[in-house]
Amino acid sequence: MDLILVNLIDGLVTGLLLFMLSAGLTLIFSMMGVLNFAHASFYMLGAYFAYQVSVYLGFWMGLLIAPPAVGLVGAMIERYGLRRVHQYGHVPELIFTFGLALLIEEAVQFIWGKDQIAYNIPEVLQFTAFSIAGNSIPAYKVFMIFISVAIFLALLFVLTRTRVGMIIQAALSYPRTVEALGHNVPLIFMGVFGVGTGLAGVAGVIAGPVLSTFPGMAVVLGSIVFVTIVIGGLGSLWGALVASLLIGWITTFAKSYNLRMEDLLTGIGFSRPEPIWDSAWADLWTLTSPQIADILPYLLMILILAFRPYGLFGKRDV
Amino acid sequence: MTEPDQKHTPPPARTPVRARPAPVTLANALPWILGGLFLLAMPFIFQSNSAITIMNQMAITIIFALSYNMLLGQGGMLSFGHAVYMGVGGFLCVHIMNWGDVFALMPLPVLPVFGGVFGMGLALIVGSFSTRKAGTIFAMISLGVGELIAACSVIIVAFFGGEEGISGDRTYGLPFFGVEFLHQIEVYYLTAFWLMLSALLMFLFSRTPIGRMANAVRDNPERAEFLGYSARWVRFYSFVAAGFFAGIAGGLFAINYEILTEENLNLATSGQILLVTFLGGVGFFFGPILGAILFTLLQTVLSLQTEIWQLYVGVLFLATVMYFPGGLAGVLMMHALPLRLGQAGLLVGPYIRTLVPAVVCALGAASAMEILFHLRHAALGESEMTLFWITFDSHAPLPLAIAAVAAVAGFWLARRSAPAMAEAWHKASTPHGGAA
Amino acid sequence: MTATPGPPPALEIAGLKKSFGKAEIIRGVDLSIGAGERHAVIGPNGAGKSTLFNLITGRFPPSSGAIRLHGHDISGKAPFEINRMGLSRSFQITNIFPRMTVFENVRCSLLWAQGYRYSFWHMVNRSRDLNEGAEDILEQINLTERRDLPAGVLSYAEQRALEIGITIAGGANVIMLDEPTAGMSHSETDYIVNLIEKVTENKTLVMVEHDMGVVFGLADRISVLVYGEIIATGRPEEVRSNPKVQEAYLGAALEAEH
Repeated sequence: MDLILVNLIDGLVTGLLLFMLSAGLTLIFSMMGVLNFAHASFYMLGAYFAYQVSVYLGFWMGLLIAPPAVGLVGAMIERYGLRRVHQYGHVPELIFTFGLALLIEEAVQFIWGKDQIAYNIPEVLQFTAFSIAGNSIPAYKVFMIFISVAIFLALLFVLTRTRVGMIIQAALSYPRTVEALGHNVPLIFMGVFGVGTGLAGVAGVIAGPVLSTFPGMAVVLGSIVFVTIVIGGLGSLWGALVASLLIGWITTFAKSYNLRMEDLLTGIGFSRPEPIWDSAWADLWTLTSPQIADILPYLLMILILAFRPYGLFGKRDV
Repeated sequence: MTEPDQKHTPPPARTPVRARPAPVTLANALPWILGGLFLLAMPFIFQSNSAITIMNQMAITIIFALSYNMLLGQGGMLSFGHAVYMGVGGFLCVHIMNWGDVFALMPLPVLPVFGGVFGMGLALIVGSFSTRKAGTIFAMISLGVGELIAACSVIIVAFFGGEEGISGDRTYGLPFFGVEFLHQIEVYYLTAFWLMLSALLMFLFSRTPIGRMANAVRDNPERAEFLGYSARWVRFYSFVAAGFFAGIAGGLFAINYEILTEENLNLATSGQILLVTFLGGVGFFFGPILGAILFTLLQTVLSLQTEIWQLYVGVLFLATVMYFPGGLAGVLMMHALPLRLGQAGLLVGPYIRTLVPAVVCALGAASAMEILFHLRHAALGESEMTLFWITFDSHAPLPLAIAAVAAVAGFWLARRSAPAMAEAWHKASTPHGGAA
Repeated sequence: MTATPGPPPALEIAGLKKSFGKAEIIRGVDLSIGAGERHAVIGPNGAGKSTLFNLITGRFPPSSGAIRLHGHDISGKAPFEINRMGLSRSFQITNIFPRMTVFENVRCSLLWAQGYRYSFWHMVNRSRDLNEGAEDILEQINLTERRDLPAGVLSYAEQRALEIGITIAGGANVIMLDEPTAGMSHSETDYIVNLIEKVTENKTLVMVEHDMGVVFGLADRISVLVYGEIIATGRPEEVRSNPKVQEAYLGAALEAEH
């Protein structure tokens, strides 16, 4: 029971982190029709920027400065890169963001090198918040949950209570009408891209110290973020939230409970071949849930796309 | 798409003579004959083993890129998981190599067929649900399937060999007219043969009804449906054919390197072939060939010169997407009309005035990058570096300043004369532009 | 010309309804069009003419009702299935293959009809029937000189002509044209009307059209669609004098013409 609680908290942290990325990605997609392949690269930039600031001004200034800086970079890329490609259609846009992901990774290596950098949890937060049956929950995890929830609430507030939020919501439901209402669409696009990438930046700032900050961190998370918004339904913020938490919990639980295929197979009446390593089915028999934890989201996505292309909460076709 | 052979059909004027079934004319066959002769002659020009290795790698990349372009360029399907089909084809071929009894009865040149069939088999399964839509949904499914299979490589150890992959020995096959493929040059001719055959088959595929309809579905799937064709099945058949040729490339990879690992399946490899194909140009059949040659050269030659070659490739790729969506082939074909009109001469002056400063700018910028990179990442106390055969102190401000000035000045000059170049191009592309 | 007894009508629609959400756009349409007839569907904007076309050609599935092509039920079938049964359509907004050449556009429209299906063992350049067929169509639509240009660079009127060429190329015997003269000048309209007359000879033609000159010049019979219902069907003069039609729609249009 206690272990379940610990896993719930761990899964929540992962899920909320994913949500900060997927929220921005789904916002950008809904508004602009662009699936930003480089989204996780902005998450990486967030971590690196925050590290660079923290070297001089400490962690908290990093948290304050890095996300807007990432957002600014995102907005500039939209203004001077993506907007140009927009005229060619969505597939070239996707190719552009793919190239962007490559380039950002190379640029990060150019500036900060190929190795992991020493971006660490601030000392104020290096203590155990509480413990559950001997499993200590570090304060930083609580902090991450706190920040994620705060961001989520702020996003909710902006989207439902402000004028800009109304326009964005209108664009989510009726993509083509916003322009007809006389809004400066290119500016809105640039803003949404900036805010979306800025959100990814926040995720990078707070995840960098625990998930380690290195040039491959974007690749590690990149595909999963894509998968999340496809499962949740493209364009649906609630879908992104549910799918993020779902993936967070599924992977956490699959990793911490060592469910073995062997038990399942003997349970339904098969007998274990001996010796196991000579059997043609050895890989199947020795399969365990931690092994497949990381591919579960992909399996889920393929099932969703094959049977329910709108995703869990989506209204629009991909 | 411009079809090179169409201008050979007689113009249907008032005469009763209309388009005849085009026979295989010399003009049609010439590029293939030249290509074949070129492939035969190459080992005599570049004799070193490393050169032959590079050429083999090039040939495999060409087949793979052509196969990829069956999806992206011909069929309008953007895939982020094409490496998987090449990979599984390659894995199967290594398994066959290790299956002594069977392999001993099989001449090595036949092996890629099995890779092709296996790649096609996987494409049959995946294509059955992924080709329902093109565009974003296809891209997403291809990514998901790609990541899934790449991740499976550490789980299904029996087939993928886990983290170390699987390896085999090509020389255990049945000798082929006495050739046991011990030498690199023998493998070269095997690879070159398959390159010619696959390229020709893929070219011919683009000339079949299904190949033509692939273009139609790419351009306008809805209209194609109102012409009696199911867009989904047209995509499906292209996808399966692309899977076959990717598998062939995988088989050749297995023969050349005798080892396959997770790297042959993952997103990085899939992304790389997208990059190669797009750099070469997706709009023309020969585009991916150019892309594969260019990229392999960058990968093998440039990577020896600089550590940050991938950064340059990334910049080149983004610039291509932004400014030359037709890729290298597109840029070359922009000159077909001026050449045909006999007005290409108009371009020489403006080109020199723009491209020379542009090259200076690129070299200056690259030098600045190299100096900065050295400054930041060289071992402590090592401040000497060599660039363009000049050795200097990377910590001194002067070299960096020179590079920066060259970059800025080159940029300024190129930008100033760019409009004149564009104008010259328009003039050269208009009939009698020179006379007017 | 009215539907003849004996062979089933070329196109027969019974009790056809279509709703999008709560809005019922087609509210019970019955229509019978005989083989060889030239039938025009007219009506004010928003009457549901294009929706009716889209239902018949399989772009949307109907909510209820039956559509029969030569007596075979086609409601709910996919567009490509309906096309293979001999019905072909054009589009109001030009719908061609912009990156392919004009010749290639036409040739692709011939492929299925000539039985090539999903063949990967024929070479399109080597089939005499295919290429001559395509040249024939090009000649009929007067685009022979443009054959090697990408279709996307043609002028608007030329693209409309190509649109019709693509539609008739497959040899379908029921041709549906959605506003073939939309956005055209007078001379261009005359050109397209002549073209339509020429290429639909001995075929069944169903068209949506706003230009009353074209409608009364071409059609054997006219149906008037208002708010998703057909309020009148008949010969042009019958429809012209029908008071319900005049009230709903025609009167204003005719007055404007004088």
